[in-house]
Amino acid sequence: MTMRIGVVTFPGSLDDGDAARAARIAGAEAVRLWHGDPDLRGVDAVVLPGGFSYGDYLRCGAIARFAPVMESIIDAARGGLPVLGICNGFQVLCEAHLLPGALTRNQHLHFRNRDQWLKVEATNTAWTNRFTPGQEILIPVKNGEGCFVADPKTLDALEAEGRVVARYIRGNPNGSQRDIAGITNEAGNVVGIMPHPEHAVEALTGPSLDGLGFFTSVLRALAGATADGQLAGGQQ
Amino acid sequence: MARVVVDVMLKPEILDPQGQAVANALPRLGVTDVSSVRIGRRIEIDFAGEPDLDRAREIADKLLANPVIEDFDIRVVQDAAEVA
Repeated sequence: MTMRIGVVTFPGSLDDGDAARAARIAGAEAVRLWHGDPDLRGVDAVVLPGGFSYGDYLRCGAIARFAPVMESIIDAARGGLPVLGICNGFQVLCEAHLLPGALTRNQHLHFRNRDQWLKVEATNTAWTNRFTPGQEILIPVKNGEGCFVADPKTLDALEAEGRVVARYIRGNPNGSQRDIAGITNEAGNVVGIMPHPEHAVEALTGPSLDGLGFFTSVLRALAGATADGQLAGGQQ
Repeated sequence: MARVVVDVMLKPEILDPQGQAVANALPRLGVTDVSSVRIGRRIEIDFAGEPDLDRAREIADKLLANPVIEDFDIRVVQDAAEVA
């Protein structure tokens, strides 16, 4: 049966089309979800795409987090639904308290847009089980408020529990603490990542095909087994 | 007028790049005796009836500020001149 990956559109989302396309290229059915509609339409996983939710007037993701669809997603994520937040989606997940920490203005105040090398660390999540620990991947980064911050205790806990999903290598584009580019929740079903895997799924438009691994990972997690034969965190 | 003012500031330990950029620009104005600038946000909430500080605090805690990175202060503005 074809897995259904929901992609939420907020006012200001601009990568929802690419996220849906990436889901289709990975072999899933992409289901478009509207921020004002709490119905998740029976999807097996959800992607919160990049963009500028509600213009991010207050703080990135602060208002989007109260969207009707988010109430459903927060409940479902706590129940194990795989959720991937990319860029603005990562900010929304932090504001929704599904992930710890916060994303703040880039330290150098400049918008950064470039192809970025990452090192994948946690591969036991619903969204990264197709990678090998330490694998280096190249995917685009483009953000103005991508600097991940948290108090030292939270950062230490993330490291100790193996919840750093990916770290910037060969340069940190925004000043993120400990070069953190992405993190996961305790169960491993919710992942937030600042760079954009959905822009690296086709040779024509991306710097690599490395981003596809996020989308094929969730299909494997939903199918029930990870690379090491254990159940991926979070699937129902 | 039942106005509550909420001041939101980044916590002291969180780097404020905007404030730092402003601080770095001050010498161009000939100002050399400022050691630090931090930029926050002032939000004014007008209640229809009596100012409700508890509700204002809840609004600030849940929406206006992100307690992970920001602190906030709340005060009722009584003086019409101050409101203006």
